[in-house]
Amino acid sequence: MNNLTSLSLKIGPYSLASRLIVGTGKYASLELMQQCHDASGSNCVTVAVRRERLVDKNSGRNILDFIDPKRYILLPNTAGCFSADEVVRVARLGREMLTGSGYRGADWVKLECLGDTKTLLPEPIGTLEALKVLVKDGFQVLVYCSDDVMLCKRLKEAGAAAIMPAGSPIGSGQGVLNPNAIRIILEELKQSDPGYPVIVDAGVGTASDAALAMELGIDGVLLNTAIAGARDPVAMAHAMRHATEAGRLACVAGRIPRKLYATASSPWEGRVTA
Amino acid sequence: MEITVNGQTIKLDEPLTIAQLLQRFGIEPLRVAVEKNRDIVPRKTYAEAAVAPGDAIEIVTFVGGG
Repeated sequence: MNNLTSLSLKIGPYSLASRLIVGTGKYASLELMQQCHDASGSNCVTVAVRRERLVDKNSGRNILDFIDPKRYILLPNTAGCFSADEVVRVARLGREMLTGSGYRGADWVKLECLGDTKTLLPEPIGTLEALKVLVKDGFQVLVYCSDDVMLCKRLKEAGAAAIMPAGSPIGSGQGVLNPNAIRIILEELKQSDPGYPVIVDAGVGTASDAALAMELGIDGVLLNTAIAGARDPVAMAHAMRHATEAGRLACVAGRIPRKLYATASSPWEGRVTA
Repeated sequence: MEITVNGQTIKLDEPLTIAQLLQRFGIEPLRVAVEKNRDIVPRKTYAEAAVAPGDAIEIVTFVGGG
């Protein structure tokens, strides 16, 4: 079984039973985040690296206290980095934090190198530069990138453990804006390597966006705002779990071709006619 | 002596190790990573790693993100 037919997802050193990776940001409370993680069925959550507060430290509450190390693998990200140097620095800090911490996830990273604060779109040159350094440094790198097939090929060649094209800008909820670009990326990256993981990261707004993305043949979905920002985040986490599974199953099952005209489901023969 | 911690100037009356610095701020060592002048200080060396005047220390932790 490879990623094409298996219901679980193999990326770098890890095998994920759920193809949904969820974020930990923007929740009204850490308790709500925990409930949403539970409802999502995910085994993998992303976290960001930031300066520790020296005073007024949330009365000692750390986000890790709300993430069960037996249940979840942590995927540290380099969110908020705008250069290759910043990405490498933050990735190493994330690894150091997880080393010997009792949590899994020290050996991989979600590389995010952004171009500007308005679009939060990935900056391709810095992304590739940072990837090369991190690969040399022994990281398994999941690369957040734009849906440009040539860039995705270069990133794979440079040793990315997974390619994660944006469906649309981070937090925009616009879904997968260019499904054909994703199709071409899948074809190019998987033609001689069917198990190579391609994940849609960013832009998912609601369950149908996740299902549609999975139906295209991608290996997983990474999302945060769609759940954390929903009116009922726990219900949306349930919805995303089912949408990801439904989309995956539909992809494996193989949809019928689209046709312009009708095809009857009931037999013509034996109709009661005059 | 003066050092910088997370961009803030901090005055110390006596030399400290990283372990003592974390203790002073009430920080749990298992929940952070520490950089000294851009180099990572491995957690297992916190008890010996000394802070010198002018050092720039970064103490980071995990926060919610996507």
